[in-house]
Amino acid sequence: MTQPTTQSGSGLVPTVGQTVGPFFHDALPWPGDRHLVAPGDAGAVRLAGRVLDGEGAPVPDALVELWQAGADGRPATAPGSLRRDGHTFTGFGRCATDEEGWWSFTTLPPVTPRGGAVAYVSLAVFARGLLDRLLTRAYLPGTPVDGTSGDGVLDGVAADRRATLVMAADDPGYRFDVRLQGEGETVFLCWPRDPRAGGR
Amino acid sequence: MTGTSPACSQAQIDDEIASLALDSTAGEDRDPAGLRGATRLDYAPYRSTVLRHPTKALHPADPEGLEMWSPVFSHRDVAAVESDLTIHPQGEPIGERIRVTGRVLDGDGRPVRGQLVEVWQANAGGRYIHQRDQHPAPLDPHFTGMGRCLTDEAGHYSFTTIKPGPYPWRNHLNAWRPAHIHFSLFGTEFVQRIVTQMYFPGDPLLPLDPIYQGIADRGDRDRLVASYAHDLSEPEFLMGYRWDIVLTGAHRTPAEET
Repeated sequence: MTQPTTQSGSGLVPTVGQTVGPFFHDALPWPGDRHLVAPGDAGAVRLAGRVLDGEGAPVPDALVELWQAGADGRPATAPGSLRRDGHTFTGFGRCATDEEGWWSFTTLPPVTPRGGAVAYVSLAVFARGLLDRLLTRAYLPGTPVDGTSGDGVLDGVAADRRATLVMAADDPGYRFDVRLQGEGETVFLCWPRDPRAGGR
Repeated sequence: MTGTSPACSQAQIDDEIASLALDSTAGEDRDPAGLRGATRLDYAPYRSTVLRHPTKALHPADPEGLEMWSPVFSHRDVAAVESDLTIHPQGEPIGERIRVTGRVLDGDGRPVRGQLVEVWQANAGGRYIHQRDQHPAPLDPHFTGMGRCLTDEAGHYSFTTIKPGPYPWRNHLNAWRPAHIHFSLFGTEFVQRIVTQMYFPGDPLLPLDPIYQGIADRGDRDRLVASYAHDLSEPEFLMGYRWDIVLTGAHRTPAEET
Protein backbone atom coordinates (compact mmCIF):
# COMPACT_ATOMS: atom_id res chain seq x y z
CA MET A 1 0.00 0.00 0.00
CA THR A 2 2.77 2.45 0.79
CA GLN A 3 5.35 1.32 -1.71
CA PRO A 4 6.00 4.04 -4.28
CA THR A 5 3.90 3.58 -7.36
CA THR A 6 5.27 4.09 -10.82
CA GLN A 7 3.42 6.49 -13.03
CA SER A 8 3.44 5.92 -16.74
CA GLY A 9 6.27 7.70 -18.45
CA SER A 10 7.83 9.97 -15.88
CA GLY A 11 8.88 8.31 -12.68
CA LEU A 12 7.14 7.87 -9.36
CA VAL A 13 3.74 9.18 -8.34
CA PRO A 14 4.19 12.03 -5.85
CA THR A 15 2.71 11.95 -2.38
CA VAL A 16 -0.11 14.49 -2.15
CA GLY A 17 -0.40 17.32 0.35
CA GLN A 18 -2.80 17.81 3.24
CA THR A 19 -3.66 20.88 5.29
CA VAL A 20 -1.23 22.07 7.94
CA GLY A 21 -4.26 22.17 10.27
CA PRO A 22 -4.71 24.40 13.33
CA PHE A 23 -2.17 22.80 15.65
CA PHE A 24 1.22 23.46 14.04
CA HIS A 25 2.26 26.32 16.30
CA ASP A 26 4.16 24.21 18.82
CA ALA A 27 6.05 22.31 16.13
CA LEU A 28 6.88 24.42 13.09
CA PRO A 29 7.87 27.84 14.49
CA TRP A 30 11.20 28.19 16.28
CA PRO A 31 12.86 31.09 18.13
CA GLY A 32 14.21 33.49 15.53
CA ASP A 33 12.33 31.82 12.69
CA ARG A 34 11.35 35.15 11.11
CA HIS A 35 14.67 36.95 11.53
CA LEU A 36 16.89 35.97 8.58
CA VAL A 37 19.08 38.81 9.80
CA ALA A 38 19.01 40.32 13.26
CA PRO A 39 16.49 43.14 13.72
CA GLY A 40 18.37 46.41 13.85
CA ASP A 41 21.20 45.19 11.63
CA ALA A 42 22.39 47.85 9.23
CA GLY A 43 20.69 47.12 5.93
CA ALA A 44 17.96 44.94 7.39
CA VAL A 45 14.51 45.40 5.91
CA ARG A 46 11.07 44.30 6.98
CA LEU A 47 9.08 42.13 4.57
CA ALA A 48 5.56 41.85 5.93
CA GLY A 49 1.96 41.42 4.94
CA ARG A 50 -1.31 39.79 5.75
CA VAL A 51 -2.96 36.58 4.68
CA LEU A 52 -6.59 37.29 3.78
CA ASP A 53 -9.52 35.05 2.88
CA GLY A 54 -12.20 35.40 0.22
CA GLU A 55 -14.10 37.98 2.27
CA GLY A 56 -10.97 39.98 3.03
CA ALA A 57 -10.89 38.69 6.59
CA PRO A 58 -7.51 37.95 8.17
CA VAL A 59 -6.35 34.35 8.34
CA PRO A 60 -4.93 34.04 11.86
CA ASP A 61 -3.79 30.43 11.52
CA ALA A 62 -1.64 30.57 8.41
CA LEU A 63 2.09 29.99 8.09
CA VAL A 64 4.29 31.78 5.56
CA GLU A 65 7.76 30.66 4.51
CA LEU A 66 10.31 32.88 2.81
CA TRP A 67 13.01 31.61 0.45
CA GLN A 68 15.39 34.24 -0.80
CA ALA A 69 18.70 34.47 -2.67
CA GLY A 70 21.80 35.72 -0.89
CA ALA A 71 23.18 39.21 -1.48
CA ASP A 72 25.27 37.83 -4.38
CA GLY A 73 22.15 36.51 -6.11
CA ARG A 74 23.06 32.91 -5.50
CA PRO A 75 20.77 30.52 -3.65
CA ALA A 76 21.87 30.33 -0.03
CA THR A 77 23.57 27.04 0.78
CA ALA A 78 24.45 27.58 4.43
CA PRO A 79 22.55 25.49 6.98
CA GLY A 80 21.54 26.85 10.36
CA SER A 81 18.10 28.40 9.85
CA LEU A 82 16.81 26.63 12.97
CA ARG A 83 19.76 27.67 15.12
CA ARG A 84 20.73 31.04 13.77
CA ASP A 85 24.23 32.20 14.65
CA GLY A 86 23.50 35.87 13.97
CA HIS A 87 25.94 36.07 11.07
CA THR A 88 25.05 33.45 8.46
CA PHE A 89 22.38 34.20 5.86
CA THR A 90 20.49 30.97 5.19
CA GLY A 91 17.86 32.46 2.88
CA PHE A 92 15.04 30.71 4.70
CA GLY A 93 12.53 31.92 7.28
CA ARG A 94 9.14 30.97 8.64
CA CYS A 95 6.42 33.05 10.29
CA ALA A 96 2.99 32.09 11.65
CA THR A 97 0.35 34.76 11.18
CA ASP A 98 -0.98 36.63 14.20
CA GLU A 99 -4.60 37.27 15.18
CA GLU A 100 -4.88 39.94 12.49
CA GLY A 101 -3.37 37.76 9.78
CA TRP A 102 0.02 39.51 9.80
CA TRP A 103 3.33 37.84 9.09
CA SER A 104 6.66 39.67 9.11
CA PHE A 105 10.28 38.85 8.28
CA THR A 106 13.46 40.76 9.03
CA THR A 107 15.76 40.12 6.10
CA LEU A 108 18.14 41.49 3.48
CA PRO A 109 16.71 43.53 0.61
CA PRO A 110 15.61 41.12 -2.14
CA VAL A 111 18.07 40.88 -5.03
CA THR A 112 17.89 39.53 -8.56
CA PRO A 113 18.65 35.80 -8.42
CA ARG A 114 21.59 34.80 -10.57
CA GLY A 115 20.41 34.35 -14.15
CA GLY A 116 17.23 36.28 -13.48
CA ALA A 117 16.07 39.67 -14.74
CA VAL A 118 14.47 41.23 -11.67
CA ALA A 119 14.55 40.92 -7.89
CA TYR A 120 12.05 38.73 -6.10
CA VAL A 121 11.60 36.31 -3.22
CA SER A 122 9.68 33.05 -3.12
CA LEU A 123 6.90 32.43 -0.59
CA ALA A 124 5.11 29.27 0.53
CA VAL A 125 1.72 29.61 2.21
CA PHE A 126 0.04 27.08 4.51
CA ALA A 127 -3.17 27.43 6.53
CA ARG A 128 -5.94 25.61 8.28
CA GLY A 129 -8.66 25.28 5.65
CA LEU A 130 -6.08 25.27 2.86
CA LEU A 131 -5.78 21.63 1.81
CA ASP A 132 -2.37 21.96 0.14
CA ARG A 133 0.45 24.50 0.21
CA LEU A 134 0.62 27.36 -2.25
CA LEU A 135 3.73 28.94 -3.75
CA THR A 136 4.02 32.47 -5.02
CA ARG A 137 6.61 35.18 -5.67
CA ALA A 138 6.93 38.72 -4.38
CA TYR A 139 8.74 41.12 -6.71
CA LEU A 140 10.36 44.40 -5.69
CA PRO A 141 8.23 47.56 -5.82
CA GLY A 142 8.50 49.21 -9.20
CA THR A 143 8.95 45.99 -11.15
CA PRO A 144 7.23 46.66 -14.50
CA VAL A 145 3.82 45.01 -14.79
CA ASP A 146 3.37 45.92 -18.46
CA GLY A 147 4.95 42.69 -19.65
CA THR A 148 8.45 44.12 -20.09
CA SER A 149 10.07 43.06 -16.83
CA GLY A 150 12.06 40.33 -18.55
CA ASP A 151 10.93 37.84 -15.90
CA GLY A 152 9.17 34.96 -17.61
CA VAL A 153 6.89 34.21 -14.70
CA LEU A 154 5.69 37.76 -14.13
CA ASP A 155 5.38 38.64 -17.80
CA GLY A 156 3.48 35.41 -18.44
CA VAL A 157 0.75 36.21 -15.94
CA ALA A 158 -2.45 37.82 -17.23
CA ALA A 159 -1.88 41.58 -17.33
CA ASP A 160 -4.65 42.40 -14.87
CA ARG A 161 -3.22 40.04 -12.23
CA ARG A 162 0.51 40.86 -12.38
CA ALA A 163 0.28 43.52 -9.70
CA THR A 164 -0.73 40.86 -7.15
CA LEU A 165 2.89 39.65 -7.32
CA VAL A 166 4.54 43.01 -6.63
CA MET A 167 5.37 44.27 -3.15
CA ALA A 168 4.52 47.77 -2.00
CA ALA A 169 7.19 49.99 -0.45
CA ASP A 170 6.53 50.28 3.28
CA ASP A 171 9.41 51.77 5.22
CA PRO A 172 11.59 50.14 6.50
CA GLY A 173 10.89 47.59 3.81
CA TYR A 174 8.06 46.08 1.91
CA ARG A 175 4.49 44.92 2.21
CA PHE A 176 2.95 41.98 0.41
CA ASP A 177 -0.57 40.74 1.13
CA VAL A 178 -1.54 37.20 0.22
CA ARG A 179 -5.17 37.05 -0.90
CA LEU A 180 -6.24 33.42 -1.01
CA GLN A 181 -9.46 34.13 -2.90
CA GLY A 182 -11.64 36.79 -4.45
CA GLU A 183 -10.86 40.32 -5.58
CA GLY A 184 -7.13 40.73 -6.09
CA GLU A 185 -6.57 37.00 -5.60
CA THR A 186 -2.83 36.41 -5.50
CA VAL A 187 -1.36 34.49 -8.42
CA PHE A 188 -0.11 31.14 -7.20
CA LEU A 189 2.44 29.17 -9.16
CA CYS A 190 3.19 25.63 -10.24
CA TRP A 191 6.09 24.12 -12.11
CA PRO A 192 6.46 21.24 -14.59
CA ARG A 193 6.62 17.68 -13.20
CA ASP A 194 4.04 18.54 -10.57
CA PRO A 195 0.54 17.00 -10.83
CA ARG A 196 -0.82 20.17 -9.19
CA ALA A 197 -0.37 21.66 -12.65
CA GLY A 198 -3.45 19.68 -13.71
CA GLY A 199 -3.76 15.94 -13.28
CA ARG A 200 -1.24 13.38 -14.43
CA MET B 1 -18.88 27.30 9.48
CA THR B 2 -19.96 28.65 6.16
CA GLY B 3 -22.89 27.88 3.95
CA THR B 4 -24.35 25.06 5.97
CA SER B 5 -25.96 24.68 9.36
CA PRO B 6 -23.46 24.00 12.14
CA ALA B 7 -25.62 21.01 12.99
CA CYS B 8 -24.81 19.41 9.65
CA SER B 9 -24.61 15.67 10.25
CA GLN B 10 -22.05 13.10 9.25
CA ALA B 11 -24.68 11.64 6.90
CA GLN B 12 -24.90 14.96 5.06
CA ILE B 13 -21.12 15.16 4.84
CA ASP B 14 -21.05 11.58 3.55
CA ASP B 15 -23.52 12.55 0.82
CA GLU B 16 -21.39 15.53 -0.18
CA ILE B 17 -18.26 13.39 -0.26
CA ALA B 18 -20.03 10.82 -2.43
CA SER B 19 -21.35 13.46 -4.82
CA LEU B 20 -17.84 14.88 -5.32
CA ALA B 21 -16.08 11.53 -5.69
CA LEU B 22 -14.47 10.70 -9.00
CA ASP B 23 -16.83 8.57 -11.03
CA SER B 24 -15.55 5.11 -10.34
CA THR B 25 -17.21 3.76 -13.48
CA ALA B 26 -15.28 6.15 -15.68
CA GLY B 27 -12.18 4.00 -15.60
CA GLU B 28 -8.64 4.72 -14.50
CA ASP B 29 -7.72 6.62 -17.63
CA ARG B 30 -10.43 9.21 -17.48
CA ASP B 31 -9.87 12.29 -15.40
CA PRO B 32 -11.32 15.16 -17.40
CA ALA B 33 -11.10 17.67 -14.57
CA GLY B 34 -7.49 16.83 -13.79
CA LEU B 35 -8.26 15.88 -10.21
CA ARG B 36 -5.87 12.98 -9.92
CA GLY B 37 -2.42 13.52 -8.51
CA ALA B 38 -3.17 16.38 -6.15
CA THR B 39 -5.39 17.34 -3.26
CA ARG B 40 -8.39 19.45 -4.23
CA LEU B 41 -8.32 22.92 -2.70
CA ASP B 42 -11.98 23.66 -3.44
CA TYR B 43 -13.64 21.00 -1.33
CA ALA B 44 -16.71 22.19 0.56
CA PRO B 45 -17.18 19.11 2.78
CA TYR B 46 -14.18 20.54 4.66
CA ARG B 47 -15.98 23.76 5.56
CA SER B 48 -12.96 25.92 6.26
CA THR B 49 -11.86 25.60 2.63
CA VAL B 50 -14.82 27.63 1.37
CA LEU B 51 -13.18 31.04 1.74
CA ARG B 52 -9.59 29.83 1.71
CA HIS B 53 -9.16 28.19 -1.69
CA PRO B 54 -7.94 30.07 -4.76
CA THR B 55 -10.54 30.23 -7.51
CA LYS B 56 -8.02 30.75 -10.31
CA ALA B 57 -5.83 28.01 -11.78
CA LEU B 58 -2.22 27.83 -10.65
CA HIS B 59 0.00 29.75 -13.07
CA PRO B 60 2.50 27.45 -14.81
CA ALA B 61 6.09 28.67 -14.47
CA ASP B 62 9.14 27.58 -16.42
CA PRO B 63 11.60 25.39 -14.51
CA GLU B 64 14.06 28.12 -13.67
CA GLY B 65 14.63 30.58 -10.90
CA LEU B 66 15.15 30.54 -7.18
CA GLU B 67 12.60 27.77 -6.65
CA MET B 68 14.95 25.31 -8.32
CA TRP B 69 17.01 25.38 -5.12
CA SER B 70 16.03 24.66 -1.55
CA PRO B 71 17.05 25.69 1.94
CA VAL B 72 19.86 23.56 3.33
CA PHE B 73 19.75 22.01 6.79
CA SER B 74 22.32 20.08 8.79
CA HIS B 75 22.96 18.70 12.25
CA ARG B 76 23.54 22.30 13.22
CA ASP B 77 19.75 22.62 12.88
CA VAL B 78 18.57 19.32 14.28
CA ALA B 79 19.83 17.24 17.21
CA ALA B 80 19.62 13.46 16.94
CA VAL B 81 17.39 13.17 20.03
CA GLU B 82 14.69 15.23 18.33
CA SER B 83 13.59 12.15 16.37
CA ASP B 84 12.51 10.36 19.56
CA LEU B 85 9.22 11.85 20.78
CA THR B 86 9.11 9.42 23.71
CA ILE B 87 12.11 10.94 25.48
CA HIS B 88 11.04 13.14 28.34
CA PRO B 89 13.10 13.96 31.43
CA GLN B 90 10.23 13.32 33.84
CA GLY B 91 8.99 10.03 32.49
CA GLU B 92 7.46 7.93 29.76
CA PRO B 93 4.48 9.02 27.69
CA ILE B 94 1.35 6.91 27.84
CA GLY B 95 0.22 4.96 24.80
CA GLU B 96 1.25 2.50 22.16
CA ARG B 97 4.97 3.02 21.41
CA ILE B 98 5.62 2.94 17.67
CA ARG B 99 8.39 3.64 15.19
CA VAL B 100 7.52 5.29 11.88
CA THR B 101 10.18 5.05 9.23
CA GLY B 102 10.54 5.23 5.48
CA ARG B 103 12.33 6.97 2.65
CA VAL B 104 11.97 10.37 1.07
CA LEU B 105 12.45 10.06 -2.69
CA ASP B 106 12.20 12.51 -5.54
CA GLY B 107 10.01 11.86 -8.55
CA ASP B 108 12.81 9.92 -10.22
CA GLY B 109 13.29 7.62 -7.25
CA ARG B 110 16.48 9.33 -6.07
CA PRO B 111 16.86 9.55 -2.29
CA VAL B 112 16.50 13.02 -0.80
CA ARG B 113 19.57 13.23 1.43
CA GLY B 114 20.16 15.29 4.54
CA GLN B 115 16.86 17.11 4.34
CA LEU B 116 14.63 18.31 7.15
CA VAL B 117 11.58 16.27 8.18
CA GLU B 118 9.28 17.73 10.84
CA VAL B 119 6.36 15.96 12.53
CA TRP B 120 3.65 16.86 15.01
CA GLN B 121 0.73 14.90 16.39
CA ALA B 122 -1.86 14.41 19.12
CA ASN B 123 -1.12 12.21 22.13
CA ALA B 124 -2.58 8.75 22.67
CA GLY B 125 -5.81 10.29 23.94
CA GLY B 126 -6.24 12.46 20.86
CA ARG B 127 -5.15 15.71 22.50
CA TYR B 128 -2.61 18.24 21.21
CA ILE B 129 -0.65 20.36 23.64
CA HIS B 130 -1.77 23.35 21.53
CA GLN B 131 -3.62 25.91 23.63
CA ARG B 132 -6.46 26.08 21.11
CA ASP B 133 -7.18 22.36 21.45
CA GLN B 134 -10.20 22.20 23.74
CA HIS B 135 -10.87 18.46 23.41
CA PRO B 136 -11.62 17.24 26.95
CA ALA B 137 -9.07 14.45 26.83
CA PRO B 138 -6.07 14.46 29.12
CA LEU B 139 -2.79 16.12 28.28
CA ASP B 140 0.16 13.81 28.75
CA PRO B 141 2.80 15.61 30.84
CA HIS B 142 5.48 13.45 29.23
CA PHE B 143 4.55 14.03 25.59
CA THR B 144 4.83 17.15 23.45
CA GLY B 145 4.05 15.42 20.15
CA MET B 146 6.67 17.15 18.01
CA GLY B 147 9.85 15.91 16.40
CA ARG B 148 12.44 16.59 13.72
CA CYS B 149 15.10 14.64 11.89
CA LEU B 150 17.34 14.79 8.85
CA THR B 151 17.13 12.11 6.17
CA ASP B 152 20.20 9.92 5.87
CA GLU B 153 22.30 9.18 2.78
CA ALA B 154 19.67 6.75 1.48
CA GLY B 155 16.81 9.16 2.17
CA HIS B 156 15.62 7.36 5.30
CA TYR B 157 13.85 9.12 8.14
CA SER B 158 12.80 7.52 11.43
CA PHE B 159 10.72 8.67 14.39
CA THR B 160 10.01 6.87 17.64
CA THR B 161 6.72 8.06 19.06
CA ILE B 162 3.32 7.14 20.49
CA LYS B 163 0.41 6.17 18.28
CA PRO B 164 -1.84 9.24 18.18
CA GLY B 165 -5.53 8.97 19.02
CA PRO B 166 -8.42 10.19 16.87
CA TYR B 167 -9.93 13.47 17.99
CA PRO B 168 -13.12 15.49 17.52
CA TRP B 169 -13.31 18.69 15.50
CA ARG B 170 -16.08 21.09 14.65
CA ASN B 171 -16.42 20.71 10.91
CA HIS B 172 -19.83 19.15 11.45
CA LEU B 173 -21.73 17.43 14.25
CA ASN B 174 -19.86 14.44 15.64
CA ALA B 175 -16.87 14.97 13.37
CA TRP B 176 -13.75 12.93 14.23
CA ARG B 177 -10.36 13.06 12.57
CA PRO B 178 -8.73 9.70 11.87
CA ALA B 179 -5.48 9.19 13.77
CA HIS B 180 -2.66 10.89 11.88
CA ILE B 181 0.83 12.35 12.10
CA HIS B 182 1.52 15.66 10.37
CA PHE B 183 4.66 15.62 8.19
CA SER B 184 6.54 18.61 6.76
CA LEU B 185 9.18 17.90 4.10
CA PHE B 186 11.71 19.67 1.93
CA GLY B 187 13.32 18.44 -1.26
CA THR B 188 16.29 19.68 -3.23
CA GLU B 189 14.08 22.33 -4.83
CA PHE B 190 11.63 24.66 -3.11
CA VAL B 191 8.94 23.54 -5.58
CA GLN B 192 9.04 20.13 -3.85
CA ARG B 193 8.01 21.61 -0.51
CA ILE B 194 5.11 19.68 1.01
CA VAL B 195 3.14 19.39 4.22
CA THR B 196 0.93 16.31 4.47
CA GLN B 197 -0.52 13.80 6.93
CA MET B 198 0.26 10.12 7.46
CA TYR B 199 -2.62 7.84 8.43
CA PHE B 200 -2.82 4.36 9.96
CA PRO B 201 -4.08 1.23 8.18
CA GLY B 202 -7.61 0.06 8.82
CA ASP B 203 -8.83 3.29 10.40
CA PRO B 204 -12.66 3.28 10.16
CA LEU B 205 -12.71 7.09 10.18
CA LEU B 206 -10.88 7.46 6.85
CA PRO B 207 -14.01 7.20 4.64
CA LEU B 208 -15.77 9.78 6.84
CA ASP B 209 -13.02 12.40 6.92
CA PRO B 210 -13.45 15.38 4.58
CA ILE B 211 -9.76 16.29 4.84
CA TYR B 212 -8.61 12.85 3.69
CA GLN B 213 -11.42 12.60 1.14
CA GLY B 214 -10.36 15.94 -0.33
CA ILE B 215 -7.92 13.79 -2.27
CA ALA B 216 -9.85 12.73 -5.36
CA ASP B 217 -7.92 9.66 -6.38
CA ARG B 218 -8.10 6.46 -4.37
CA GLY B 219 -4.48 5.58 -5.08
CA ASP B 220 -3.36 9.02 -3.93
CA ARG B 221 -5.36 8.53 -0.73
CA ASP B 222 -3.99 5.03 -0.16
CA ARG B 223 -0.44 6.33 -0.43
CA LEU B 224 -0.98 8.48 2.68
CA VAL B 225 -1.65 5.34 4.75
CA ALA B 226 1.36 3.71 6.38
CA SER B 227 1.83 -0.06 6.39
CA TYR B 228 2.20 -2.04 9.56
CA ALA B 229 5.67 -3.57 9.23
CA HIS B 230 6.33 -6.46 11.54
CA ASP B 231 10.00 -6.46 10.55
CA LEU B 232 10.27 -3.03 12.15
CA SER B 233 8.55 -4.04 15.38
CA GLU B 234 10.90 -4.71 18.27
CA PRO B 235 10.24 -7.52 20.76
CA GLU B 236 8.60 -6.31 23.94
CA PHE B 237 9.24 -2.69 22.96
CA LEU B 238 7.43 -1.13 19.99
CA MET B 239 5.37 -1.61 16.82
CA GLY B 240 6.74 -0.60 13.42
CA TYR B 241 5.12 1.30 10.56
CA ARG B 242 6.63 2.02 7.18
CA TRP B 243 5.72 5.01 5.05
CA ASP B 244 7.61 6.25 2.00
CA ILE B 245 7.19 9.76 0.66
CA VAL B 246 7.68 10.77 -2.97
CA LEU B 247 8.24 14.44 -3.76
CA THR B 248 7.40 15.93 -7.12
CA GLY B 249 9.88 15.58 -9.96
CA ALA B 250 13.13 17.51 -9.71
CA HIS B 251 14.31 19.83 -12.49
CA ARG B 252 18.02 20.13 -11.83
CA THR B 253 20.42 17.25 -12.14
CA PRO B 254 22.20 16.38 -8.90
CA ALA B 255 25.61 17.46 -10.23
CA GLU B 256 24.46 20.90 -11.32
CA GLU B 257 26.47 23.59 -9.56
CA THR B 258 24.95 26.53 -7.78
